[in-house]
This record gives sequence, structure tokens and C-alpha cells, in this order.
Amino acid sequence: MKTVIDAHNVCKTFNPDTIPVYAVKNVHLHLERGEFTALVGPSGSGKTTLLNLIGGLDKPDKGEILIDGVNITALSPNELIDFRLHNIGFVFQSFNLVPVLTARENVELIMQLQNKKRVDIEKRVFGLFQQIELKDKMDVRPSQLSGGQQQRIAVARALASKPQFVLADEPTANLDSKSAANLLDIMAKLNQEENITFIFSTHDARVIERARRVVTLVDGQIFSDTARVETETEHSGLASRN
Amino acid sequence: MWMIRFSWKNMWRNRHRTMISIGAIFFAVILSVLTSSLQDGVFDNLIKNVVSFYSGYIQIHKEGYWDEQILDNSFEESAAIEQKILEQQNVVTIAPRLESFALVSSGVVTKGCMVTGISPERENSITDIQDKLIEGIYLAEDDQNVLLAKGLLDRLNLKLHDTLVVIGQGYHGATAAGKYVVKGILKFGSPDLNDQALFMTLSAARQLYSAENMLTSYVLSLKTTESSELAATGQNIRTVLGESYEVMTWEEMMPDIIQHIETDKASMYIIQGILYLLICFGIFGTLLMMMVERRFEMGMLVAIGMKKIKLIQLLLIESVLTVLTGCLLGILASVPVVYYLHRYPIRFTGDVARVYEEFGFEAVFPTSLDGHIFVSQGIIVLVIGLVLSFYPMVKVIQLNPVTAMKK
Repeated sequence: MKTVIDAHNVCKTFNPDTIPVYAVKNVHLHLERGEFTALVGPSGSGKTTLLNLIGGLDKPDKGEILIDGVNITALSPNELIDFRLHNIGFVFQSFNLVPVLTARENVELIMQLQNKKRVDIEKRVFGLFQQIELKDKMDVRPSQLSGGQQQRIAVARALASKPQFVLADEPTANLDSKSAANLLDIMAKLNQEENITFIFSTHDARVIERARRVVTLVDGQIFSDTARVETETEHSGLASRN
Repeated sequence: MWMIRFSWKNMWRNRHRTMISIGAIFFAVILSVLTSSLQDGVFDNLIKNVVSFYSGYIQIHKEGYWDEQILDNSFEESAAIEQKILEQQNVVTIAPRLESFALVSSGVVTKGCMVTGISPERENSITDIQDKLIEGIYLAEDDQNVLLAKGLLDRLNLKLHDTLVVIGQGYHGATAAGKYVVKGILKFGSPDLNDQALFMTLSAARQLYSAENMLTSYVLSLKTTESSELAATGQNIRTVLGESYEVMTWEEMMPDIIQHIETDKASMYIIQGILYLLICFGIFGTLLMMMVERRFEMGMLVAIGMKKIKLIQLLLIESVLTVLTGCLLGILASVPVVYYLHRYPIRFTGDVARVYEEFGFEAVFPTSLDGHIFVSQGIIVLVIGLVLSFYPMVKVIQLNPVTAMKK
């Protein structure tokens, strides 16, 4: 298996000069291509901070994070933006899409930022909408879509750049059960059929149930790292690490 | 292209806000175009009143006449000199004058006046003086009667065809005295002219002042009257005529008008500055609101890989589109308004008119149709919009996607 994320001794402290908050402490995390991993833990445990660090949105105070062999902690802010554009897909909790753009334009945006050719963009967008089963909603604005549909569009946008992995920060937090299940089905299908790596931060039991690996954070440290070997035997290598 | 489409869509994400911004710019452009156009129109009118209706754009005198305006500083009329002047490219025509101060009396009332001896036809070709005639008949070439300005006529309690007496000092100390019939009444825009002008033929003036074949000035009309062209023409004539003559542009003859225009312009700049300040607040308020409303979205765009420079470009295009729309609409709407006020100028009457006249202004406010006003005001507002766009730019540069996306 190819290593996608390799985090060594990562630390992040907020307000170091006043009342320090140790959001992430000495975290070591190793993720391989095709994983479907949930970062779980109580509020304030450091899930989102760790996700931001892995996604290159924030820089650790200590330690290093290698994405596909590239040390992103050494990249400049501009290089990081470019790196994110080509290597990382993001799905946020809400307000994920640009409201003035149609669903299709939201997905196209990433590829336009990558300066892809129009013909390639159209081909890719059509394929993605087929995968998220929203072909009939391509030309509607986000406000005309349900929360679940918006999150599926966000998944399509995250995948548009063909990233190394997709980071999803509590993607089901604002969804009803049916929409959440639908979204998870699509992500699981993409993971299984196209070997796309997904990493979630979540509280949601529905997501945790579907994850094949669950990393639990408590007070910024990894409390447990469990692989579901009983359902996904092909990930036995992961289980052996725990 | 997609950036422009994206910006256009962003511009209309909050229709009301955009309409308020465009509306503010629209009215600001109309107001600033109108004030500038009125200002230029009033000054053009003032210059036209004083310069083209009396002094001409360039005058030629004997050297030293301007400092000591007496008949002894007159010069002999010369066809050769006239020919040299007319050979200049920018010169259209030339009119001779013999001018001097005198006392004019109606019997009961005596007033000081400016007696101007003119060649009726040539003078009219420069100053259109005949158009100022409100009563009576214009002078013939050998006329021995006079034309009197309305203000002076009223002060002397005279009417058309009444007789007046002119007394003064003639050439080389001779006594000047004559009795004349008022053949026509003139009304000038300039109150100064209106209160002291008396016109007679050149031959009558020469006879009055005992100044046979003498002139105090040549008055020139020009093809182009712009300041730079005016100065160049003056310099060329100076070179041709040599040092015996003084060649003066209207700007040199009447520095008080230039001073007055400059002072008035300065006060108008303050008014326009306040107007621009209001536009600034209008646009800046919109930008502030926009940045607060879209903070999360901007954070999200940077997070997913939009470079900040791209985001700045996007916001800049939005600003340019908004300001440009307001500017263009404002300019388009101001054209008919300015044109109407040019054709039918604002005209004060009664006490207000008298107040203006006391300050030397004709109480008529035409607008100027000069195209540069529309362009310059549009550009100024556009530049204001672009300068204010630095605020979102700075905000984007400082943007941290993690904090921006925190609710």
C-alpha cells in the first residue's frame, strides 16, 4: 500500500503566550491509499485541528507532515495553497458551496483553478455528477438543493482535482439520517471502487460505524487507533499496526 | 473569462446592496459632472462676456500703453502691420480701436465712461457687438452718433435718440468735446461693460480726441483660443512686430479674471471633494459589508486551493464592474441633463441677479458640453472605486482560512 499521509510528532498549541491550549500533542499518524478513516473524539479533543494540519490549512508548532512524500510543513503559504489545490479535497460541515454558482460551476471551479482544458472539465464534471447521482441537478444553485445534495456536490468538488485524499470535517453534522446515509454510501462506494482515501473528523455514530479505521483523540493525543478487520479483510495490514 | 462570469454573479449575489452601490455612484457621477460642467460653463460664459465681447483674445498696443493707458501712448494705423498680423496662422481677423476715458453728461447727470472708437463692420466680426443691440440701429462706417450701454444710459437718465455730451482730454493734451445722439442701446453680459461703455466710429473718436490716424489697439480674433495656443500666437506676433509694440493675451490683460476663476475653482474642488468623500463612504460601506458576509466563503475558497492573488483579482473585477456600471449609467444620464442646461441655462432674475452682477457676473449659468468633463469625472469615480478596493485586497492578504471558517 502506498503511504499518503505520514505525520510525525505533530504538536499544535494555541495562545502559547497567554493561556496555552495544547490542541494536538505529539501525534503520529500514518495513512495509506484507500483508507476510510474517522477521527473521533469529544469536542475540543483536537480532531478539526489535526484535520487542518493534515490539510495544510494550519502549520504545526513541532513535528512534520509528509503528504505523498512532500513535507508540507516546509512549504510557503502560496506553495501550500497550490499543493492543496492539486492534492487534497475538502468537504466542510456546511456553507460548503459558493451560493452564486450552479452545482456544475461549483465543481468546475477547482478544475478552472487548475487551468484544465474546457473539454476535460466537462468530461470530468459529467462523470462526477454521475457518481454522486445528481446528474439532473447540475444546473441548479445550492439554495435549491437539500443539505444532503449540497454535501454530495461538495464531495464531487473535492474529487474534481483528483486529489491524493479527501478531508471531510463533520460532513454529516447538519444532515438528517437518510441524507447522511446516502452521502456515506456514495463516499464508501467511491472509496471501494476507485480507492479514494477519505479522512473524516466526526462525532456522528453513523460515520464511525461505516469507517474502516477509527482514530480516537482525547486532549489532543491519539487515545486509540482501531481498524475494522472483521468487515474489510483487505485492510488487515492496518489491523496489525494496532 | 470564467473569472469575469464569476465576478458578475458575485456582484448580483445581494441585488439590493449592489443597486445601492451603483445608485450611489450613479448619482455621484451625475452631480460631479453637473457641478464641473456648470463651473466650466459659467467660466466660459464669463470669459466670453468679458473677452470675446470686448477685449478680444489678443490685443496689440504701443509698448507701454498697458501700464499708462493714455492717448499719447497710441500708435499710427498701418496696413503693413495689419498684414503681418493677419499672416499668422491662428489669426482670423483684426479690428482697430481708439479708446480713452471721458466724462459723459446728459445735462443733469455726469458719469465717467470708456469711449471706444471702432470700425463698425470689423469690430462686429470679432465681438458680435451688433447682437448686443437691444434698441436702435447699429453704427454705419461714417456715423457721427453713438451706441450707449444700457447701464450707463439708465444712470444718465437718457433714452434712445437723446443727446449727450462727451468731455475729456485728447491726443497731446488737446481738449476733447463733442455732442452726440444715442443711436442704439447695447446690453452686455458683463456689468462692468454695461455701466461704462460708449461706442462711436473710429473717425468720430479720432475727431473727438484730435488723434488723426491714431489707434490705441488692434483686437484679434483667433481660430483656437486654448491657453497654450493663445500664448504661442502671442509670442509669434511679438517676434514679427518687434519691441515697439506690446502683444498681450486676455490672460495677461485681465489677471483678475484668472485669479477669480482659480479662486472659484478651488471652492468648487472642496464641494467636489465632499461629494467624492460621500461616494467613498458609500462604496466603502458596501465593501465592509461584503467582506463580513463573505468571510467564510473566502476562507473556504482559499482552503480548497484558490490562490489569494486570484481571489484579489476576483474582488477587483467585482469592484470595477460595479463602479463601471454606476459610472457609465451616470455619464449616460448626465449627458441629456447637461445638454438641456446648455441649451436652456439657469437664469436668475431680480435681487439674486443683481447680487451676481455686483460681483461682476452675468446671472446666467450655462453648462459646458466639453467632453473631457464626462470622461474625467468618470475616471475620478472609477479611481476612487479602485483605490477603495485595496481594503478587500488587504483583507484577503491577511485572510487565514482556518479562522475565516470559524463560526
